[in-house]
Amino acid sequence: MPLDCILLVVAAWLLIGIFGVLVLHRLRLVARLMFPAGGLAGLLLAAAAAWSLTFPPASVILPIGLPTLPFHFRLDSLAAFFLLILGAVSAGVSFFAAGYFRSGEGTPPGLLCLEYHVFLASMALVLLADDAYGFMVMWETMALSSFFLVIANHRLGEIRRAGYLYLLMAHVGAMAILLCFGVLQANTGDYTFANLRAQHLSPFAASLAFLLATAGFGAKGGLLPLHVWLPEAHPAAPSPASALMSGIMLKTAVYGLLRVTFDFLHTPLWWWGLLLLALGLASALAGVVFAAVQVDMKRLLAYSSIENLGLVFAGTGLAVLFAAYDMRPMAALALTAVLYHVASHACFKSLLFVATGAVLHATRERSLGKLGGLIRYMPWVAWITLLGALTSAGLPPLGGFVSEWLLLQSFLFTPGLPNAFLNMLVPVVAALIALVTALAGYTMVKFFGVIFLGQPREEKLSQAHDAGYWERIGMLWLAAGCLVLGLFPVQVLALLDAVTRPLVGASLATQAGPWLLAPIDPARASYGPVLFLLGVSGCVATTFLLVRWRYHGRLQRVPPWNCGYPWRNARMQDTAEGFGQPIRQIFEPFFRMERDLPDAFDATPHYRVSVSDPLWHWLYLPIARTVERLARLAGQLQQGRIAIYLLYSFLTLIAVLLVVRQ
Amino acid sequence: MNTGLLSQLLEVLLALWLAPLLTGWVNQWRAWLQNKSAPSLLQPYRKLHKLFHKEPVLAEHASPFYRMAPYLVFGAMALACAIIPSLSTDLPLSPAADAIALVGLFALARVFLSLAAMDVGTAFGTLGARRDMLIGFLAEPALLMVLFCASLLSQSTSLTTIVDQFAHRQFAIHPSLALAGVAFILVSLAENARIPVDNPATHLELTMVHEALLLEYSGRHLALLEWAASLKLFAYACAGLALFFPWGVADARSPEVLLLALPVLMGKLAVSGALLALLESVSAKMRIFRVPEFLASAFLLAVMGMLINILLGA
Repeated sequence: MPLDCILLVVAAWLLIGIFGVLVLHRLRLVARLMFPAGGLAGLLLAAAAAWSLTFPPASVILPIGLPTLPFHFRLDSLAAFFLLILGAVSAGVSFFAAGYFRSGEGTPPGLLCLEYHVFLASMALVLLADDAYGFMVMWETMALSSFFLVIANHRLGEIRRAGYLYLLMAHVGAMAILLCFGVLQANTGDYTFANLRAQHLSPFAASLAFLLATAGFGAKGGLLPLHVWLPEAHPAAPSPASALMSGIMLKTAVYGLLRVTFDFLHTPLWWWGLLLLALGLASALAGVVFAAVQVDMKRLLAYSSIENLGLVFAGTGLAVLFAAYDMRPMAALALTAVLYHVASHACFKSLLFVATGAVLHATRERSLGKLGGLIRYMPWVAWITLLGALTSAGLPPLGGFVSEWLLLQSFLFTPGLPNAFLNMLVPVVAALIALVTALAGYTMVKFFGVIFLGQPREEKLSQAHDAGYWERIGMLWLAAGCLVLGLFPVQVLALLDAVTRPLVGASLATQAGPWLLAPIDPARASYGPVLFLLGVSGCVATTFLLVRWRYHGRLQRVPPWNCGYPWRNARMQDTAEGFGQPIRQIFEPFFRMERDLPDAFDATPHYRVSVSDPLWHWLYLPIARTVERLARLAGQLQQGRIAIYLLYSFLTLIAVLLVVRQ
Repeated sequence: MNTGLLSQLLEVLLALWLAPLLTGWVNQWRAWLQNKSAPSLLQPYRKLHKLFHKEPVLAEHASPFYRMAPYLVFGAMALACAIIPSLSTDLPLSPAADAIALVGLFALARVFLSLAAMDVGTAFGTLGARRDMLIGFLAEPALLMVLFCASLLSQSTSLTTIVDQFAHRQFAIHPSLALAGVAFILVSLAENARIPVDNPATHLELTMVHEALLLEYSGRHLALLEWAASLKLFAYACAGLALFFPWGVADARSPEVLLLALPVLMGKLAVSGALLALLESVSAKMRIFRVPEFLASAFLLAVMGMLINILLGA
């Protein structure tokens, strides 16, 4: 029954998309009618998915696709959880998009509407697919529709370049996933997931499948070293599409990896966990360090996505480790942390991306160096973004903190592992996670402070307008998600239990009441976000009232003191580059930096610094050069003269005849 | 339950009342050690009193965020003092926030203060915000590692459980805790804007960190932030004493010790305040770019403490 509902929602999305093509250039109609309708469908999807979490798995076979190969769909709790995120987050983004698409982005609005809704529908079907064939078809549809969204503004050369890189990496990943399914079916020729689940592979084959899955899904999830497309493609898309890609599409990679590792492969090996842990932590650290030095607000968020997905993969690695040593309750705890972070990242990253969209609309400016002081002109956007930025920084009592808390708790259990070598890694890993979270705080202070606080760095910013009603509704909805995830972890954990139990076969221990999060034992660790919030706000309110009552509330407004320095302008504020400077200095080996320092006697001094990813130069450019060289060699066969081609045909014919005669 | 509520309330009120006294005490000792005539012990109270009465002068384009931040920072610090078991481990608020949440609470206050400093948009404010976040992102993981050392020993991240266990076990020197203790001292120096990381008495804007954040604040807002800074020092001192010298802290089983706990705490604070002044007097302030090395060594010490804990189980 919930499965029917979900398929109906998918059909509705496809219909909305097709209708969008029929009214190709009617911007107002598309924006004010199609996108809110898509958002309502998303809400319906979220409701159906939440409802189905308590149901046993349901499946259905639809006779579409190839004649002998129908699509199999199955809705189990893992898929339902990701569908819940898809529905809830896409609803907020769609409402925002209703107000966002005010002028054409290069692609006609109707076409954008089609691409957007096909993208949503394909993500839902990826999560529902129950055979490798359907999964790959939907996976490719997802990649293609998002590719077209990325190049919506295709008149700009750099956006076309970003789109090309994205398409290339998406296909490298898809090939790895296809090969992974090939290994998993173990020569039975049956590609339904039921069959993949029933196979018991040798450790070698299972490891091969796991490595292929890590490569394939890692490429989609921005895992190092396959992350280079992410900071190019995500910022290039229009903001609602960036929000969907960062907020939801990256999560399909997590879904795929969990599906393969915990559902198809029954006995994980411990070094899989170690590999995931190492790759995840490397991505997290690299992501956050690069995010801290970015000067483009959307690129900053894209790198922050790499960081968050890195943490998710590291948590998955920990869950695999625990599962490999058959410590089921601990695996459940780590997996819960992973899923929690997936949910909260989906909320806050979509929120931050749509907020950059609102800023972009109001100011036509993406560079942090030309923004500033927007809290005075766009208070709605600023305050809602503050909530998202605090969540992203992992601060209590918001959603990001709960997942960090759960992850650190599961690390504190690792000393129970029966492997001394792994035990020694615990302090290092926990330290790195703590460092990454603290750096995320640094990055978010930079992000929010430079855009919204201070004085406007350009004249035109004082004309910035606040977000419209539709945009506000979308943003408020996503912000509510951050708050709910932060304040009601016990209730969310009760939902998550239905997801983790079938995967690892254990539940978390009893909870200590509805207001206290205590996944193991209240004496061991507990966290009560509501009580925490009441404590802070109680202290704040008491202080405020006491100060007012005991003293006074008078206030005098004057120009800033600025230590008595007589003149000042907005250019004297710290810039985004300045904010990144300590990070550039401390983490210098991470970067490939080019710097032009002005001479002391220069009449017009210029300072220029550019930071790029060293992996691009060490790994990708050599590969690209090799491919080009090989292509040139192959190209020598192509002479363009008919006689030579006839000679080729003749030689081929003789070769074939030789083979056939034997 | 009643004694729990009582000790909870007592802790917060005592923290609010004693925190400026601790600051005054440290200042007094520093003056003595540097052979200066010391200000009165009550000088911080007089300063707060004066500032609360003054009319705040606010930059004309400051946003509401700027006015909100002092209250928030103060509230966060008051809550931090409430959940650290300095007098008693029988605290009803304690289950709401464990060691990780305590670190989160400090981070929350720092983020708000840094953002507020960026709000007016003067050069020194943003510079201070950047530096404070730099110190913060290095000190925060180090503090977390220190707390994890204690958590691994007591199998709990709840502060009251940790202190309860430490107070009621046989006396033993744990090598991991010794390393964590050194790391904790380094972190507290950095987090509380003390020499060698920052100078609370500086008058030179270019070298300021914490003071640069407060440059544009005045009147009651400044008073709240100054008070919050002393609360933070008090919270760190209490946390350190509770973790490394937990004797004399009352618990639910013996609430009558609460009467004894107060003089014990004051004695411990008096000694640690004097030691802090000594530490500050014998060291010199370092350049801002030496600070990452300083904090990285704290971080590594704490990580080594955890490693030793896992290898030796002590």
